Amino acid sequence: MRVTVLVRPKTGIRDPQGEAIGRSLGGLGYPVSAVSAGSIFDLEIDTDDPKEAERLGAEMAARVLSNDLIEGFEVIVG
Amino acid sequence: MAKVGVITFLGSLDDRDAMRAVGVVGGEAVSLWHGSTDLQGVDAILLPGGFSYGDHLRCGALARFSPIMGAVAEFAAAGGPVLGICNGFQILCEADLLPGILTPNHGQRFICRDVELIVEQESPWIGNRAVGTTITVPVKHGDGAWFHPEEGLDELEENGQVLLRYAEDVNGATRRVACVTNAAGNVCGLMPHPEHAVDPILGSIDGQLLVGRLINS
Repeated sequence: MRVTVLVRPKTGIRDPQGEAIGRSLGGLGYPVSAVSAGSIFDLEIDTDDPKEAERLGAEMAARVLSNDLIEGFEVIVG
Repeated sequence: MAKVGVITFLGSLDDRDAMRAVGVVGGEAVSLWHGSTDLQGVDAILLPGGFSYGDHLRCGALARFSPIMGAVAEFAAAGGPVLGICNGFQILCEADLLPGILTPNHGQRFICRDVELIVEQESPWIGNRAVGTTITVPVKHGDGAWFHPEEGLDELEENGQVLLRYAEDVNGATRRVACVTNAAGNVCGLMPHPEHAVDPILGSIDGQLLVGRLINS
């Protein structure tokens, strides 16, 4: 089943990618004061059990997809 | 003669320079493959620079799960000397064998030039050079800003784990830290490239200090 993992920079962590995007959006005239850039991972997990899917998604997010020194994550099932 | 294993990961590119540098300081370089778990009886290990797995996800985040990394962790836990350079440093941080993590340069530019590094600790990793003296070693990285949260940072410094600091702000690294060790002191990592600074024809030979540690341990 589909599990989506959202990974975001933690508040206060320097995010050069977001800064570059923000400056470009500002240059285009958009009233954007800040951009934070993260990652989205859509995982197809071989299970029909939503609880198991969420557990595996969270485990992979913590172990591989994010680094808790600089990032937080959110797991969405379905 | 001390045998130094140089690991080739998928996307390593400084492994040959590292092997040559080991020879320059008087060691025997042994090529190790990321997919093996056999350290071939080496006395020390060097994780070279490069762009393992195309730097996808985070630099070093995928290479840290290479089969050989389990053997490297055991070798390190037993007190064996391990040096990580650039991507090798990133891999050791992602593997939790060194503190912190490497993040994109704050200035959003790839940096490729010699940098001056201030000795913060008298350490065999830097030939026991006196605190406050400087060495010169080149950097070449886009993701070289070492980051560590404020919590635990003073402890690292008090433990003597910060060996080198950039003389000026090069990439946005926390407290300008350039080179750190683990608590035991046998695992060392840095973004600058000592293996590119071992031959007078290319300028500085200060890199011999760090590579040389691998054959004098």
